[in-house]
Amino acid sequence: MSAEQMKRQTIMDSATPGAASSGIAAPIAAASLGAPAPRPVASAVQPVVSTREAGLAFGDRVLWSGLDLDIPPGQFVAILGSNGSGKTSLIRVLLGEQPLSTGEAWIAGEPVRRGSTLVGYVPQKVSIDSATMVKARDVVRMGLDGHRWGMPIGTARTRHEVRRTIDELLASVGAAQLADAPVSMLSGGELQRVRVAAALASNPSILLCDEPLAALDLRHQQEVAALLDRRRREHDTAVLFVTHDINAVLDYVDQVLYLAAGRFRLGPPEEVLTSEGLTELYGAPVDVIRTQGRVIVVASTDPTAGLHLSHDDHGATDPPAGPTRRFRR
Amino acid sequence: MSVWDKLFSFQNYAELLGLLHNSILAGALLGLIGGLIGVFVVMRDLTFAVHGISELSFAGAAFALLVGFNVVIGSILGSLSAALLIGFLGVRARERSSFIGVLMPFGLGLGVLFLALYPGRAANKFGLLTGQIVAVDDPQLFWMLGVSVIVIAVLAVLWRPLMFATVDPEIAAARGVPVRALSPVFMIVLGLTVAMAVQVVGALLVLALLVTPAAAAMRVTASALWVPVLSVTFGVTSVVGGILLALGGSLPISPYVTTISFLIYVVCRITGNRRLRRGWARRTELSQPPAAEERREPSVA
Repeated sequence: MSAEQMKRQTIMDSATPGAASSGIAAPIAAASLGAPAPRPVASAVQPVVSTREAGLAFGDRVLWSGLDLDIPPGQFVAILGSNGSGKTSLIRVLLGEQPLSTGEAWIAGEPVRRGSTLVGYVPQKVSIDSATMVKARDVVRMGLDGHRWGMPIGTARTRHEVRRTIDELLASVGAAQLADAPVSMLSGGELQRVRVAAALASNPSILLCDEPLAALDLRHQQEVAALLDRRRREHDTAVLFVTHDINAVLDYVDQVLYLAAGRFRLGPPEEVLTSEGLTELYGAPVDVIRTQGRVIVVASTDPTAGLHLSHDDHGATDPPAGPTRRFRR
Repeated sequence: MSVWDKLFSFQNYAELLGLLHNSILAGALLGLIGGLIGVFVVMRDLTFAVHGISELSFAGAAFALLVGFNVVIGSILGSLSAALLIGFLGVRARERSSFIGVLMPFGLGLGVLFLALYPGRAANKFGLLTGQIVAVDDPQLFWMLGVSVIVIAVLAVLWRPLMFATVDPEIAAARGVPVRALSPVFMIVLGLTVAMAVQVVGALLVLALLVTPAAAAMRVTASALWVPVLSVTFGVTSVVGGILLALGGSLPISPYVTTISFLIYVVCRITGNRRLRRGWARRTELSQPPAAEERREPSVA
């Protein structure tokens, strides 16, 4: 660890969790979480993602501010919130594609930067243009060395190794049989598996997933979610998971980061997803209903009154018209 | 003289071959770089852009012909300016198409104007649009060689990031590939290639060399190795084959070139469809067991 990293580590350790937060709830130190699947997290473990006083604003519009995150290795964090609450922007900040307005962010102790191999990225977009005749194994290979210049020429041995690595990656997401299929001929669920394999190719410490389930049907949602969960358990890869529908990943989630109205709430799902908490966060009455192991967020009284999210929100923060949709499974 | 004799005549073939070795060499070069760049043209959906660039390349060449300047340089200047304009002004696909639609007739119109003002042989004029066989002299071949070397060198360096940015721009950007910067660089290389193609097959038929071979290759394979290899093979076969067939006849070479490249495409399409019907790759038979395996997982977790 370099001297500079050491210094930063000290700063992070000494920062009182949530003390400077402008969020309505004090962010809970990740290490002290009573998450559904408690992970052995020693206090000495360096968080894979940290932010201090992080804020993002576009002009007058503040998406979020005072964000203090410490995500330890192997944790599954769901990021919820209405459209435009800055979920995707947070992912872009951690990818180094969007500078913060205030504060700082680190990936494994290093300031965020573009192209870090510590970060794997699974985007929402699922389809690949049908004109793109590329094999699944080549898409995975792009995650491995696609950013390098020059032709992909190597010795027979390195070629063999690359091939084996790709086969292993595809097998790890249950897509070994798709290796030689053109990606344009894969279904959405198959392609998303291949994308996860590509994101894992650089053996990242953190996977940033921006609504990776959005275009998938329910069975494939479960499959991909289970896949991500297995990966973080087996390899201690932290998962930051932007979603509209918490239910697809509810079994796996250690922490929920709920973004709304320029503020946020952070903690285990059973603490964040409560009527009181979300009512406070939104500044409008919200009911959180738990039924059949699922969580439904609805506006309390008059579906059309007060709750600004009612018309543009869906998924976890269900619009009032939504509940019927929630019970599809 | 019958139509057949006009189409195919092999009298004094050896002599002609000796006279036209420049053209054959230029054609082979063009098949090579056209086949390589075609892979990206098809994947990046730039077919229409290629057509637009070639019309401005034609205008540039016509202008050079008019003022007695080097025609290759004229067409390079024309196609580079078009490529850069399209690259910078038409980033989004829809914008790009309409912009090319605006640019293309303007370029063609300019070209027609310059040719109308040109007092020389009509064959030279016609050649710029539909290709010419005897036009490649030594300085032109020298230029073409230079351009080919540049195109191949740039493609060799850019291949992997460009492919990444083409297939998955979002993920490529996240991995640090300069996706935005790659686009104009690629357009420059494309412009150079189009300028070369205009010399051999003419402005109207450039697509036969920059799109058809790659499109044909992608009907039969998705392999990262075989797509470019087949595309280059198809490209070289079309141009060199077309020149060799056209040698003795009195017709321009483009109908030969375009017919060969079209036939290759038809064969590839039929082959590819057959492969599709049989289930491309083995995945269909295997997809059931892993899906069942996945479903068990939540209970394990």
